[in-house]
Amino acid sequence: MRALERKLFRDLFQMKGQATAIAAVIACGIAVFIGAQSTLWSLKSARQAYYERQRFSELFSSLKRAPNSIVDRVREIPGVAVVQDRIVEGVTLDVPALEEPATAKLISYPDRGSPALNAVHLLVGRFPDPLRTGEVLAEEAFVSEHGFRPGDTVDAVMNGRLQQLTIVGVAMSPEYITTIQGGSLWPDDKRFGIFWMPRRQMEAAFEMEGAFNDLTLTLMPGANEKEVIRRLDQALADYGGLGANGRDLHLSHQFISDELKQLQTMSMIPPSIFLGVAAFLLNVALRRLLTLQREQVAALKAFGYSSREIAFHYAGLTGLIIAAGSLLGCVIGTWMGKSMTDMYSEFYRFPNTLFNVDYRILATGVGLSFAAGLVGVVSAVRRAVRIPPAEAMRPEPPPNYEPSLIERLGWHRWLSQAPRMILRELTRRPAKAMMTTLGISFACAILIVGNFGKDAVDYLIDFQFGLQERQDATIAFYDAIPARAVLSLSHVKGVSSVEPFRSVPVRLRYGQFSRQTSIQGLGEHRDLFRLLDSNAEEVPLPEDGLVLSAALARILSIQVGEQVTVEVLEGERPIRKALVVGLVDDFAGTSAYMNLRALNRLMREPPVISGARISIADGSYDSVYQELKETPIVAGVTLQRVAVEGFMDSFAENLLRMRLFNVTFACVIAIGVVYNSARVALSERGRELATLRVIGFTRGEVASILLGELGFLTLVAIPVGFGIGYGLCLFISTALETELYRIPFVVNPTTFTFAAVVVMIAAVLSGLLVRKGINQLDMIAVLKSSE
Amino acid sequence: MSTPAADSNDDTLVYEARDLTKVYHMGEVSVHALRGVDVQLFESELIVLLGHSGSGKSTLLNILGGLDVPTSGDVFYRGDLMSDFSESELTRYRREHVGFVFQFYNLIPSLTARENVALVTEISLDPMKPEDALALVDLDDRMDHFPSQMSGGEQQRVAIARAIAKQPDVLLCDEPTGALDLETGIKVLEAIDNVNRELGTTTAVITHNSVISDMAHRVIRLSDGQIESIQHNETVRPARELNW
Repeated sequence: MRALERKLFRDLFQMKGQATAIAAVIACGIAVFIGAQSTLWSLKSARQAYYERQRFSELFSSLKRAPNSIVDRVREIPGVAVVQDRIVEGVTLDVPALEEPATAKLISYPDRGSPALNAVHLLVGRFPDPLRTGEVLAEEAFVSEHGFRPGDTVDAVMNGRLQQLTIVGVAMSPEYITTIQGGSLWPDDKRFGIFWMPRRQMEAAFEMEGAFNDLTLTLMPGANEKEVIRRLDQALADYGGLGANGRDLHLSHQFISDELKQLQTMSMIPPSIFLGVAAFLLNVALRRLLTLQREQVAALKAFGYSSREIAFHYAGLTGLIIAAGSLLGCVIGTWMGKSMTDMYSEFYRFPNTLFNVDYRILATGVGLSFAAGLVGVVSAVRRAVRIPPAEAMRPEPPPNYEPSLIERLGWHRWLSQAPRMILRELTRRPAKAMMTTLGISFACAILIVGNFGKDAVDYLIDFQFGLQERQDATIAFYDAIPARAVLSLSHVKGVSSVEPFRSVPVRLRYGQFSRQTSIQGLGEHRDLFRLLDSNAEEVPLPEDGLVLSAALARILSIQVGEQVTVEVLEGERPIRKALVVGLVDDFAGTSAYMNLRALNRLMREPPVISGARISIADGSYDSVYQELKETPIVAGVTLQRVAVEGFMDSFAENLLRMRLFNVTFACVIAIGVVYNSARVALSERGRELATLRVIGFTRGEVASILLGELGFLTLVAIPVGFGIGYGLCLFISTALETELYRIPFVVNPTTFTFAAVVVMIAAVLSGLLVRKGINQLDMIAVLKSSE
Repeated sequence: MSTPAADSNDDTLVYEARDLTKVYHMGEVSVHALRGVDVQLFESELIVLLGHSGSGKSTLLNILGGLDVPTSGDVFYRGDLMSDFSESELTRYRREHVGFVFQFYNLIPSLTARENVALVTEISLDPMKPEDALALVDLDDRMDHFPSQMSGGEQQRVAIARAIAKQPDVLLCDEPTGALDLETGIKVLEAIDNVNRELGTTTAVITHNSVISDMAHRVIRLSDGQIESIQHNETVRPARELNW
């Protein structure tokens, strides 16, 4: 080993505390980057492979009923590659050991062979025998939620008739990587399942011989999706087509895409913060080292080492720190990615193990950290090697100080000497003070962002289920029924109030923009389901006109007071105009609302309803559920609130894990910044502090001067961190806004308090680490040298 | 002009050191800085510790000042055994009783002359005003200057003002003129001389410049960790008459 290399390792050992802290900050940045990116990549590639293997379709269209011959006509649409027709029906289930009714989607499966599109992946058991009544394949999530095994049975109300279904196999499908019922925000695997049944059996049960009501297809490469959808809608219009949509509006696909988008953001923001802080810390540490070794640098140059060799020497020192941090980051990041992917696999169902580390992600992460290191190191090294040797041999001139601003304002009378020293030190190098503050404030911001997710979800749940949707259950009927049927519901014992609604599938069109959705007609009395804006103020629903979800208005580029074209997608399929009379700032979906009477007028139909929201008296749940299970007109019952509670329970552990990650990361940053600043300050001002000890200052008093500066910066950093955190939350809530949901911008006071407390604890811990150094100040040596 | 030397033998003992040894272990080498030193310092006297570098004079001063502890032997400060002092008692001892002046001034660069002195008066029991202390060293007109705006001699005088402002029992000066030229060195010694005369502060000055010993009541010569000789000056020359 060359002498210079030996020096490098010894220098590194000398600054091991600082080096460790900096390496830890780098490791965190790389870990988050690799963790998030590899999860992203794993999910993406798993989904892609799954889609390809099972032939996941690209367009989806539901209709009322069409003869099988229509399929050939659809095949002739230019751009269409493969078409698969099928029958899809909703049924209510009576699951033993589940009081409340469950619902399921029943999908037809070819009697023989595999479908052209959306083939299922059989996990256990066998495919159903088309000649035996009631044999089905069940989707894995529902099965595992209830502990079903092949051979188990459930009762289903199919087309108004009770039938026993026998589960003969368990399967997964690329269509249901996550099973979310339309109109809902969260999966509810306990109360919503997917079943596949032989086509022949479905035809018999639903009187669909020679017909289908659902069409999926794939496109030729380069096909114009919009044009195909237009033609497809045309072809199916006479058969009750509800309008086709691409994968972008496919619930399972959309849900995962949103998650991927979040991961993408997560893989960029925190690593940028970490690496930025690391660059700053490296710069400060290296600057100090170079000041201490000013004379060594001069001597090396005098011996004939070139500036380049010396620059490489110091760059090598930082390179080792970065390499150590990167290596650690790769290990932690891989572990994080693995555990995040495991977490996702609880919610997303793929047939194969997901996690996969791509060496390119590792390489990018390591590259990024070296790039950040370079930023931190270049200016420090350049400054040091530029000084001519003769000048560098002399000690650096004493620093110049001047009274701080506060003193110039004449407030110094209230300051004793110690705070004056602190203030002047800060005034002398404001940039460094600012960067230190910024570093600490990022720790604070990370904590705020970390908790923001929970604050937002809590608020969303409170808002949606405490204020907006207060029903205990939502009932959907098979068909629109006369409005007076409400009466029979309100007579059910235990039902305390009923609010009917009518839902009509439509395509709203405004200029070049259009969107398929449904209009909900709501009654006059709205206590269970209320239209609220984001301030929880009730939005009035006038006698006529449409109230749109603000997100839908944005999609259509329409404003209040303008007319929208309503293309009804059922019955006579009338096309009408409606005035937009209000917007509602809701958090989920793209809904449109109308007065129930106005909607029926628009449809030119007598008063009908398609569903109702009910509240149930305490203690009557079971009897009401039982009665609903046995009511043939009930197509489905959803219990959103119960579902969300269950979902949040299973999610709580993951939230806790994320929170632990965040606290660790924030502490690493806060300790990294405070500890490093304190080490550097101790080194720069060791002589001064030792002098104070000699003239009779206690260890505590000396520590308070050194740490007082950092304490002051920490206190300044906390509100700054609040600001940055708040801004990041705002950015995230905007950046992650999707069509499925908007993230409410809510940061709870406890989140701020938590962040402040954690940052302060981290600062105190770093102070304690440095105090040892203060206690070991060599009082004698410092008096014998002129620095 | 000379004044008669004080008859120190009748005065109160401030320090008494008995058989002091100090061994520094530096890796595998042991350095014997003091080898059995007995010394006494009396109230209000000014002594000069003379010796070459490595003679042990700084070690002795550091032990008296509570900055270092002897390997063996006892030091009494006004009858109290200093080796019994705890860490915090040593700090309090330095804070309340000792004034230090160092070769390289050791001023706090971020504080003005006045504030450097105030730094000490703020934590002392019965300090003088910082302004008075600075006047004693003839620096009334430089009080609001920062160290970087002052010459070496001025800085050293600020250091003396800082050391005496707490009205210490003893003033310990380690090569106070070591970094200064003749003219400024004399000025600094004059300031020390003044303090000793006017406040009666027991003063010990370390130097390797034998001329300075003329201003002392007693001169203690150290060599190789041992006391070579103790000389009583019949007459004491004021600092301004010194020349080297």
